[in-house]
Amino acid sequence: MSYDVAIVGAGPAGMSAAIRLREFGASVVVIDEQPSPGGQIFRGIERNASSPVFPALGKDYQKGQALAAAFRVSGAEYLPSTQVWQIEDGWNLYLTAEGKAQRIAARAVLLANGAQERPVPFAGWTLPGVMTVGAAQILLKSGGMLPEGKVWIAGAGPLPLLYATQLLNLGGRIAGFLDTSTPPRLSALRRLPGAWRDFGGLLKGLRWLRGIKRSGIIVRGFSDLRAEGNEHLEHLTWEMEGKRHRVEADVLLVHEGVVPRIHETLALGCAHHWNDEQGYLAAKVDRWGESSRKSLFVAGDASGIGGWLAATISGEIAALGIAGRLGISSETDRLRKRAHLDRRRKRALALRPFLDAMYPPPRNRLPDDVIACRCEEVTAGAIRAAARNSPADPSAVKAATRCGMGPCQGRQCGYTVQALLAEVHGLPVSEVRFFHIRPPLKPVTLGEIASLEKADRAT
Amino acid sequence: MSADVLIIGGGLHGLSAALQAARRGAAVQLVERHFLGRHASGATAAGVRTLGRDGAELPLSLEAARDWHDMEGLVGDDCGFVACGQLQVAEDELSLTKIEMRIKRLQAMGHFHEQMVGPDEIRSLLPGISAHCLGGAWVSSDGSADPHRTIRAFRDAAIRAGVDIIEECLVTALTRSATGWRAETSRGVFEAEIVVNAAGAWADHVSHLAGDPLQHEIRTSMMVVTERSASRIKPVVGSFGKKLSLKQTSQGTFLIGGGSQGKLAADRQSATVDVVALAASMQAAVRVFPELEGVRIVRTWVGMEAMTSDHRPVIGFSQQVEGLIHVFGFSGHGFQLVPSVGRVVADLICQGHTNHDLDAFCVSRVSIERVAA
Repeated sequence: MSYDVAIVGAGPAGMSAAIRLREFGASVVVIDEQPSPGGQIFRGIERNASSPVFPALGKDYQKGQALAAAFRVSGAEYLPSTQVWQIEDGWNLYLTAEGKAQRIAARAVLLANGAQERPVPFAGWTLPGVMTVGAAQILLKSGGMLPEGKVWIAGAGPLPLLYATQLLNLGGRIAGFLDTSTPPRLSALRRLPGAWRDFGGLLKGLRWLRGIKRSGIIVRGFSDLRAEGNEHLEHLTWEMEGKRHRVEADVLLVHEGVVPRIHETLALGCAHHWNDEQGYLAAKVDRWGESSRKSLFVAGDASGIGGWLAATISGEIAALGIAGRLGISSETDRLRKRAHLDRRRKRALALRPFLDAMYPPPRNRLPDDVIACRCEEVTAGAIRAAARNSPADPSAVKAATRCGMGPCQGRQCGYTVQALLAEVHGLPVSEVRFFHIRPPLKPVTLGEIASLEKADRAT
Repeated sequence: MSADVLIIGGGLHGLSAALQAARRGAAVQLVERHFLGRHASGATAAGVRTLGRDGAELPLSLEAARDWHDMEGLVGDDCGFVACGQLQVAEDELSLTKIEMRIKRLQAMGHFHEQMVGPDEIRSLLPGISAHCLGGAWVSSDGSADPHRTIRAFRDAAIRAGVDIIEECLVTALTRSATGWRAETSRGVFEAEIVVNAAGAWADHVSHLAGDPLQHEIRTSMMVVTERSASRIKPVVGSFGKKLSLKQTSQGTFLIGGGSQGKLAADRQSATVDVVALAASMQAAVRVFPELEGVRIVRTWVGMEAMTSDHRPVIGFSQQVEGLIHVFGFSGHGFQLVPSVGRVVADLICQGHTNHDLDAFCVSRVSIERVAA
């Protein structure tokens, strides 16, 4: 099959781009891993609309309903429950769905594949019972599942607060919130005036905090959090005011912000920039969302964390950019102005500089005994030892330790390895490369690859 | 910086030659433009195979086979070598006949390392093998090693022997004077009496710098590694006439190769996976081992290495320039030969000659004038 545009991801950015491109009459295919549209933020939006969970998920979530409905009638071909495991120049996308592989061709590609939670290793993070807030939220949105027992949340940023609020709205309980954010720094406060443009957003954050305080305790100013237990999480300990504290815990949900998904753009050799404040890489894009590779566009959180509202607008902008690039429309500048896309995006991003300064990624030294690569169980100490014996290149550390060779394909340990190499070699993190990203972009079975039609004829 | 010998290329063949020469008292420097084992040595499936060797390579291969059974003695580590055996299956009658003929030929030459195995034996060696496989050739003392562990072991042994290894060091110019070589690099100037070109896929480039222009193709063999899985396959398995080589590592992952080629970039500096060719390899793997169908592939990569037209390596002194030794062009099957070829190159460095017959590997085969003529 051949299309004008292939969009990877049916979240806010992908859906709004598809809708806009269909208005131009472009042939569009949208490929998404989930069984229904919405992305992470609007996961399960269609099904949840009629469920008791819906009111508890909040007003922002409910806004996804109209977007998903418009996407459904847009005329874009939609391939749910489908993985993109290789993208080739030209562009060819290799997909699998229901155990079968296929290749589709497109004149332009839009990566709207969003973000992933920033992996932050600490002592005990691989223990059953410890999971991310994002994973807990998936369970909530997919089946209304709530964590049971003594539930602790540790982390910083808007998502833990939002999730805690959703959980409390549904009658769940939180034993305590371990706030890992450091007291607001001057750089954050300086950005507060700009953030007032999103007064509602600020207010929302404060409201969420009040709700949590009513349910459990809030702990601040601690260090060296450890999750402990045999086979399963049993208790948490931390250091505060020279004393070791210890509480019982059944579930610990952690979250330290989100980072763009970069495997696709790294694999395709796009230029990236290093966001030092938030400690992540993102593909460089021009004002239309086009990457350093012609006809390859990136929109939404995948090109830098901005949240769902900014993602819908950047999806529209990318749609215009693609229409211009493919010669489908010559009026993209005028259309951009008429829809006030830049002004709307600026407003949607108003709170972002404040949040970025308020919630920097943790930068404390990782103890040697902590596992950095959970697939291959490689400790920070082993990575440091390998780094001392090699140039500051993650491929060398990978070869020496197997770190990054497991099924997560380096998604969990990539930044940790980069940071450890920088530490050992005395370099800024931005000067250490990320892992080389090799195909497949997602694990795919031998049988699935073997099912590629073209290959049958090649043998 | 001055030494007796400057080795260009930090792959296993460069390291092995460095180690052997240093042990015989030579002052050795080795430069590598990336990090040790960055290309073919780190990308290899690390099969330790005498099975199906080209006749010209067989003496070096059989000598190396003895080394592999005592790597502890050679480099102080077993390099992850396991003598799990190598099996070449025949998927049809014609393949079986050709295997039989080869084994008879070997036996006539006095080599008895390969044995014919029938359908029952291959099923006892490989319980999951597809019913259509008819038999094959078996070498019980062959096996496989861990490439990264091998690189580390050779590096550590070379350093202990006094080799000076400089990584991230690109050679930009080579000039020969009456007293020896002068190498300009990204990390300064090096001087040596002898230069060894062990630059793998970029050996042609080094040969040009040295004034002895050679040419070769670049092999871009693709490799696939899967997630971990329960242990079920012990030997390394190939299929006669097919692009398939498969083993299960000690970690439980499956490593699948066999020579399906990726796409070489126009500048010959990198290569990428060719999905359609890869799919053909996966069909071959699933055909021989149907139960692997549901195992997930985690990563694929392409190893780059020099390839000659007859697939035999180039080992020997330059015919054009004094004090220049070439060792490259292993064409995708050089891993097993590392210990013996290192000794041969050290013979050339330290004595100027070797007792091994290198005629089949002579440099003139790949000289540009020869090819043009």
